[in-house]
Amino acid sequence: MLNPADLDTLLLTFKVASIATTLMLLLGTPLAWWLARTRSAWKGLINAVVALPLVLPPTVLGFYLLVLMGPAGAIGQFTSWLGLGTLPFTFAGLVVASVLYSIPFVVQPLQAAFTTIGELPLEAAATLRASPLDTFFSVVMPLAKPGFLTAAILGFTHTVGEFGVVLMIGGNIPNRTRVVSVQIYNHVEAMEYSSAHSLAGILLVFSFAVLLVLYTVLKTQPVAHQLK
Amino acid sequence: MLLTTFSRAIILSVLLLVGQSSWAAATLVAVAANFSKPMSEIAAEFEKATGHTAKLSFGSTGKFVSQIENGGPFEVLLSADEKAPQRLVDSGLAVADSQFIYALGRLVLWSAKPGFVDDQGKVLTKGGFKHLAVADPKLAPYGVAAVEALKKMGLFEKLQPLFVQGENIAQTFQFVSTTNAELGFIALAQVIDTQSGKIGSGSGWIIPGDYYAPIRQGAVLLKKGAENPAAPALLDYLKSAPALAIIEKYGYDLPKK
Repeated sequence: MLNPADLDTLLLTFKVASIATTLMLLLGTPLAWWLARTRSAWKGLINAVVALPLVLPPTVLGFYLLVLMGPAGAIGQFTSWLGLGTLPFTFAGLVVASVLYSIPFVVQPLQAAFTTIGELPLEAAATLRASPLDTFFSVVMPLAKPGFLTAAILGFTHTVGEFGVVLMIGGNIPNRTRVVSVQIYNHVEAMEYSSAHSLAGILLVFSFAVLLVLYTVLKTQPVAHQLK
Repeated sequence: MLLTTFSRAIILSVLLLVGQSSWAAATLVAVAANFSKPMSEIAAEFEKATGHTAKLSFGSTGKFVSQIENGGPFEVLLSADEKAPQRLVDSGLAVADSQFIYALGRLVLWSAKPGFVDDQGKVLTKGGFKHLAVADPKLAPYGVAAVEALKKMGLFEKLQPLFVQGENIAQTFQFVSTTNAELGFIALAQVIDTQSGKIGSGSGWIIPGDYYAPIRQGAVLLKKGAENPAAPALLDYLKSAPALAIIEKYGYDLPKK
């Protein structure tokens, strides 16, 4: 059913999604914490920037990234100056694009979870002389565990489903940027429907299983509700 | 009184529109990405000449075939190869014997940087680039031609690791025009300056015709367009002298009569 090339695209996709999700949790946690606690005038602006990939067509994001990360673009000139070369057509470029594309799916559930905790547990911890860092790891993280799980799962699955951005900046290189969504698209265009069916079926079952676990075992609220 | 005048005006304009549509129809045309520029010009001339309208969709031939096989609404297909029209005729989705070759595609090695590609393609042996953009040979006839040309030059094995593949020729062009890929194989029509007949910007090498099998681009009337007078009219227009002049202007060779 699955030929080795198809299997490679699946493995690459999970590799990109794992690395991107880790990065998104590392970046998204402090960001979501700040957004949940701050009274800064910048909050609205940052919220809007974080949510932008939710509403932006992926092709728009992909096109901007192709131009900005290319040799003539600002990011491209910066990465070349660092001696890293340019990011389009590379695995690293794919990870960077995935982080930008999926970050709202990580930040928003975390932000909601942090907001729900409220002031009381934090004040209680402070009266017990817990440092802010200690409070975060011993009080906030356990209380926000469902938020972290939702964020990780949504960030991961959304990255797996990414297509338009990769199509724009990937270049369809085996084992480097040829992810499963692009492979399915190419199978369909090449009229290899049976290969397309196998891969598409795997993704469908995977996505459904993940969401089923999310909503039944972990009893999380539906995404749309969380994002409000 | 005002209302009746108003409603009369509406009825009259509706009747006019309906009346008009009986002789001037619109047809939905799927156009291979490499042919988008000349086809836009041809469609404008076609509208002037016949009163019919051609609505154009641009994309890869493979995608259009998939869509047509799954009930897509297209009435005419201008393919990048001759296999797709034949396949649609064989499966009964296109009108038998309506297919013909409307243009022979020309392949060019192009860079957005002036002076990067010499007029003999020596840059391919010389190197100095990290990415070579080609259209996916599995999907695009121009990709197949690029691979054939590289094999003919004996450079395929060496350069294949540098391939970045566009899903169609338009995307391949995008990779090169944004300089993300230093150079790439694209369609001459994408970079030709129609005034001078030469490559308009950057630098390029028009690949000699004997380096690859001719890119015979076929057109076909789809079953969905059989009843629409505008669809066969467009295909007829594609063979007319004004249309052939536009096709030639964009660097295509014309099929021999």
